[in-house]
Amino acid sequence: MTDGPKYAIEMRGVTKRFGALVANDRVNLAVAPGSIHAIIGENGAGKSTAMNILYGFYKADQGQILIDGEVRSIEGPSDAIKLGLGMVHQHFMLVDTLTVTENIILGAEPLSGMAIDFAKARARVLDLSNQYGLQVDPDARVGRLSVGQQQRVEILKTLYRGARILILDEPTAVLTPQEVAELFSILRGLREQGKTIIIITHKLAEVLALSGNITVMRDGKVIGGLATKDATASELARMMVGREVLLRVEKREAEPRSPTLSVQCVSLKNPDGGVALYDVSFTVREGEILAIAGVEGNGQTELIEVLAGLRRPDSGEVRLDGRNITPLGPHERKSLGVAHIPEDRRRRGLLLDFDLAENSILGLHSDRPVSGAFLLNKQFITARAERLVKDYDVRPPDIKLAARGFSGGNQQKLIIGREFDSKPKLILAAQPTRGVDIGAIEFIHRKIIELRDAGAAVVVVSAELEEVLSLGDRVIVMFGGRIVGEVDPKTVTEEELGLMMTGG
Amino acid sequence: METLTSIINLSLLASMVRISTPLILASLGGLYSERGGVINIALEGIMLSGAFTAAAVTALYHNPWIGLIAAAGAGLAVSFIHAVASIRFRANQVVVGAAINILFLGVPPLMSGALFQSTGSTPQLPREQTLPDWNIPLIGQVPVLNQLFSGHKPIVFFALAMVPVTYYVLFRTRFGLRLRAVGENPEAADTAGISVERMRYAGVLLSGLLAGIGGAYLSIGQNSLFTRNMTAGRGFIALAALIFGKWHPVGAFLACLFFGGAEAISIRMQGVVAIPVQFIQIIPYVLTLVVLAGFIGRATPPRAIGQPYVKEK
Ligand SMILES: Nc1ncnc2c1ncn2[C@@H]1O[C@H](COP(=O)(O)OP(=O)(O)O)[C@@H](O)[C@H]1O
Ligand SMILES: [Mg+2]
Repeated sequence: MTDGPKYAIEMRGVTKRFGALVANDRVNLAVAPGSIHAIIGENGAGKSTAMNILYGFYKADQGQILIDGEVRSIEGPSDAIKLGLGMVHQHFMLVDTLTVTENIILGAEPLSGMAIDFAKARARVLDLSNQYGLQVDPDARVGRLSVGQQQRVEILKTLYRGARILILDEPTAVLTPQEVAELFSILRGLREQGKTIIIITHKLAEVLALSGNITVMRDGKVIGGLATKDATASELARMMVGREVLLRVEKREAEPRSPTLSVQCVSLKNPDGGVALYDVSFTVREGEILAIAGVEGNGQTELIEVLAGLRRPDSGEVRLDGRNITPLGPHERKSLGVAHIPEDRRRRGLLLDFDLAENSILGLHSDRPVSGAFLLNKQFITARAERLVKDYDVRPPDIKLAARGFSGGNQQKLIIGREFDSKPKLILAAQPTRGVDIGAIEFIHRKIIELRDAGAAVVVVSAELEEVLSLGDRVIVMFGGRIVGEVDPKTVTEEELGLMMTGG
Repeated sequence: METLTSIINLSLLASMVRISTPLILASLGGLYSERGGVINIALEGIMLSGAFTAAAVTALYHNPWIGLIAAAGAGLAVSFIHAVASIRFRANQVVVGAAINILFLGVPPLMSGALFQSTGSTPQLPREQTLPDWNIPLIGQVPVLNQLFSGHKPIVFFALAMVPVTYYVLFRTRFGLRLRAVGENPEAADTAGISVERMRYAGVLLSGLLAGIGGAYLSIGQNSLFTRNMTAGRGFIALAALIFGKWHPVGAFLACLFFGGAEAISIRMQGVVAIPVQFIQIIPYVLTLVVLAGFIGRATPPRAIGQPYVKEK
């Protein structure tokens, strides 16, 4: 590294707009060769966009990209691959129906004659997986692999294409603590072998543990860069958000009263016959928050769907205030005081092309006073929407703007406003702060705790351990569709919880 | 018993192979398109364009081979319209397909009227101006195979050969792997440096080529003229066979044989059993409905089928 170029990657003044939105605003970035460089920032800060521009997946409107000190024009991913870049996307770019080997060689298939040389491809995959310690079955269908294994396939894909510079976009978001540790040792190994690594995350502890340098982004701009040895978590958080933030939730001791929700022996099968939920039982009382921890895909989604009335369990009962509500659908449950904050707000929580006012009445559209005998009561709807925007701090406060035009945090605040406005007695909140900036997280947590203190029963599902532990008055852990235990959020360690979440 | 053997015998199987031929070609064509992620309900219209072009060009140039090539060209041209609308302009693929089907119900009679002063059909071709019957040298000596596979039009052998060829292309070649990837997860293919557009164009154009040839078989192979709507829903049956065959070349082939067999039987039954002929004629269509209704939920289509690929919303 004595006389090579100073930087493996440089971005100079890169700007990217999506319609009116400036996702990257004159972004500058410099990454030293052979280092691990972290890019941090809240959701929507523009991290993925910047990396997708490097990778040629999006085209920048302005700015320059230098690879190994030379200005390059990257027209598409194939150009980036030729220059030695590889990217592991936040949402994996894998074809579920193809095998591991097929996925890895896709786009650079070795041939013998007219056919693909599968034997050679397979041998090469095995070689790489041994060389870098990325164990995975080359013949398995990718759709059948665990998320951690799929990630290895993604990394192998980049190595197979000869990547010298690896970009990983939020690689830890979907992993268990153990898998995160494994990934980090793999990444350190790759660095030892001379690779340059860019890792995106918004988890500060990980950044501090792994990286050598840090670049912080906010609102599409680069706020600053520093060496990891000079950084602290609270300073990074302040840079990310732009003001002091409370990293911990402040709340009083819960004062639970009589049971609101009781779930008894609920079991559910997936359409493909697999077990989604098995013999799940628990109760949640008035004035308490039950947090459900677990690696995604272990039944939490299905459980919330059952509680919200979106799916009927195959057996078991759901009771609200002692009444059996198992046969009731979502609308009937809603009128009994059940509020649902869906996991996938863009698909289930909002109609993205409808405006804020229209979205604010979803689920209430047939009830008085929102609706008269035949027509919607526009005056009432407008007044209510204006009030929600104010009370729940939705920005921009424009009730005629399509839901698509709001950031994730503001979309979520709108949903929360809509659902909380009727003073529900049971709140089902699935991943309530996913993809939401730290500022809005604080706000959402406060609203949930306010309703709890007013006597609501709350079920929170979250993939974030921190959220589970700080928000939950009680914490249960799900694994493989079962409840594998309950822990005390005040005393349990993240390691213990991580172990339970993986069935250990 | 006598009725039965007069219906079910070797020559029935031979006619099943013949009747299945256009279905097989259209179905395999649809497979290339749909495996790449583009729904192709335009197979019917493409076949009609092929059938008409084959008959019209042969009538004008007195050579069925020129007619056949022209039919393939017509299929390509029609599918190119489909491709541009659904890939380049991201139109709804079902609507595009339906529009093409309606268009090519009307275009052939119109052109036929202009060229031959008859909107009902193209001129009757003399026998020597239709495609010849071929015999495969060695098979002629083997008793059963001889009856099954001798004396067919060249397109029949082409269709039969296309089944293993398609299998090989789809599952063994680079093109096939990329096509399947594009139909399942276009973003993944894109990030691997594959042009989603180009693969999808290729898939749709191949469907036009094959369905066009399938159409030609009807007008200059099985018959010797083009008549109005002569495909009679074969494009849709081919589509049904594709679904029934789970978007797999061998599955689609077997499904085509099944539907072709049903039609062959229904033809045999006419005049032999005392059922009004209209009822017998609907057998293949009813079977298609029944099979699909019972089956459709269980076949998993390529995951990205029907969705235009949009990167930046
Ligand atoms: N394909 C796209 N089309 C339109 N807007 C987009 C697209 N991708 C990202 N955005 C918007 O650009 C902004 C930055 O997004 P992104 O780069 O994904 O942020 P990050 O990765 O830091 O969370 C967000 O407001 C997001 O909604
Ligand atoms: Mg991102």
